[in-house]
Amino acid sequence: MSVVYEKSKGLTDVKLHYCPGCAHGIVHKLLAECLEEMSETENAIACVPVGCAVMANKYFNFDAIQCAHGRAPATATGIKRVDPSKIVITYQGDGDLASIGTCEIVHAAARGEKITTIFINNGIYGMTGGQMAPTTLPGMKATTAKHGRDVKVQGNPIRVSEMLATLDGPVYIERVSVTTPGQVAQAKKAIMKALKVQKEGLGFGFVEVVSSCPTNWGLTAVKAMEYVKEKMIPYYPLGVFKDLTGEGK
Amino acid sequence: MAKVLMKGNEAVGKAAIEAGCRFFFGYPITPQSEVPEYLSEELPKVGGTFVQAESELAAINMVYGAAAAGARVLTSSSSPGLALKQEGIGYITNADLPAVVINMMRGGPGLGTIQPGQADYHMCVKGGSNGDYHNIVLAPASVQEAVDMVMDAFDLADFYRTPVIILSDGLIGQMMEPVEFNYSPKKDLPSKDAWALKGKGKGEKHMIVNLNMDAEDCENHNIALQKKYDEIEANEQDWEEYCMDDAEYAFVSYGTSARIVKSSVDTLRAAGYKVGLIRPKTLYPFPVKAFKRENIKKYLDVEMSMGQMADDVKLACNDVNKVAFYGRTGGIILTPEEVVEFGKSVMGGDK
Repeated sequence: MSVVYEKSKGLTDVKLHYCPGCAHGIVHKLLAECLEEMSETENAIACVPVGCAVMANKYFNFDAIQCAHGRAPATATGIKRVDPSKIVITYQGDGDLASIGTCEIVHAAARGEKITTIFINNGIYGMTGGQMAPTTLPGMKATTAKHGRDVKVQGNPIRVSEMLATLDGPVYIERVSVTTPGQVAQAKKAIMKALKVQKEGLGFGFVEVVSSCPTNWGLTAVKAMEYVKEKMIPYYPLGVFKDLTGEGK
Repeated sequence: MAKVLMKGNEAVGKAAIEAGCRFFFGYPITPQSEVPEYLSEELPKVGGTFVQAESELAAINMVYGAAAAGARVLTSSSSPGLALKQEGIGYITNADLPAVVINMMRGGPGLGTIQPGQADYHMCVKGGSNGDYHNIVLAPASVQEAVDMVMDAFDLADFYRTPVIILSDGLIGQMMEPVEFNYSPKKDLPSKDAWALKGKGKGEKHMIVNLNMDAEDCENHNIALQKKYDEIEANEQDWEEYCMDDAEYAFVSYGTSARIVKSSVDTLRAAGYKVGLIRPKTLYPFPVKAFKRENIKKYLDVEMSMGQMADDVKLACNDVNKVAFYGRTGGIILTPEEVVEFGKSVMGGDK
């Protein structure tokens, strides 16, 4: 019997703690597959965040470090500068990257650090139980914005990919999602390209994944994916925001 | 090596290079900015890397990454900057990683002043981050000693896998003294191969962990840290004694204050007082072994703070009534004359 599909060797057999309908599992798999296909699993070091992915170090079958909240791009800078031949990845959520860690991601991008950042944007604080994130949509309910985010009171969401694309430092920035098989395939292409940008020494690569949080959104897994399509993606449009590789779209 | 005249802030940078440090991540702040300025020029000449971080928070978390990757790594700052670095210092400590942190103290609290101070004793010696932990803290009293301690700090950090803080101040950072650099490892240093992040290659993956979700695991990790501290307290206490052989009274002072107190001791000795100086060189571990003395009537704690070290002196001599305190703070440098007057007031007035 021929094997037509098997789990990536870039993942361990530790059982994931993520909720049904959460995109972390899909994106972990895509990252692991990309590293395996590039033959870089043995050379990779992941900087994992504070947030739901804090235990991703147990799921990734490659070296990893648990970073302080928001500081993964700084810690990744330290690792990469010690040995530029390593593939260094930060894997961060929206509270981590777009709130407490805004300074670190902006400056790592501006310096053109040769690292790859995977940014999971689900518009909410998952691990701490559904508080408002910098990316929470206007009107979207959160435990710290129980009547929905009022931009006059709580301010406006941040579109991180567009913001980072204004900088000269980054080489490649793309926003993807994983609500359909087609989107998953595109997300994998984007992650692969961002990793290659690093491997070839071109510079900073950034992939934002518009993601879901059924538990804290109060939706079923299927409804959460529909919410991503109907509400999140119109506010956070998918596409390439910067590409200096010369490959075009 | 022949002695050269160097400014303290530049000399500690050169000491780090001589000790094999090739990575520095820092952020400007007075009165330590010559450390990053010097290393931005000198590190690339020896194949090293200097990064001016976007903040002290970023700098210390870059240190966390470089330490995790197995490098000898340095950062430096001054008081308000060190307060910002406390987050990362806690993470590095918890992850059992080696790093060296220089604090050229200034007056506080808050933005305080840019003049020299010693009011970060509590923050650095008692632990300014969250949790049960200590860092080794070394307190130099001259530019030469700062150089020697920076070199020792890298060995201590690697040996015990812990951050080491050089607790100095703006006076030593800014002044020039003749120094020489003679580094040779004082300890048999363990390999970092068993834990450093280098990519797993054909072996097992390495993880630098900072979260123990299970409380029992977290307590066990704390107990392991405590065992490390027991070993440090047993083996690493260091201090200088000055005129202590026949002393009936002992000043206790460290760093810049101790330099000033030394000349006050000379003045008081000339006037017939049997007084000496105990100068802690390690603030953690505090040199409690230096205080096992029956013949001392009073310990005279002198600091450029409102008496932060005095509590440790009371514990070390095991008698709260035996400790008197005099200090200036907020960037005021003590004068030998006011220390002499303080000494006389404790020792029974003029002779």
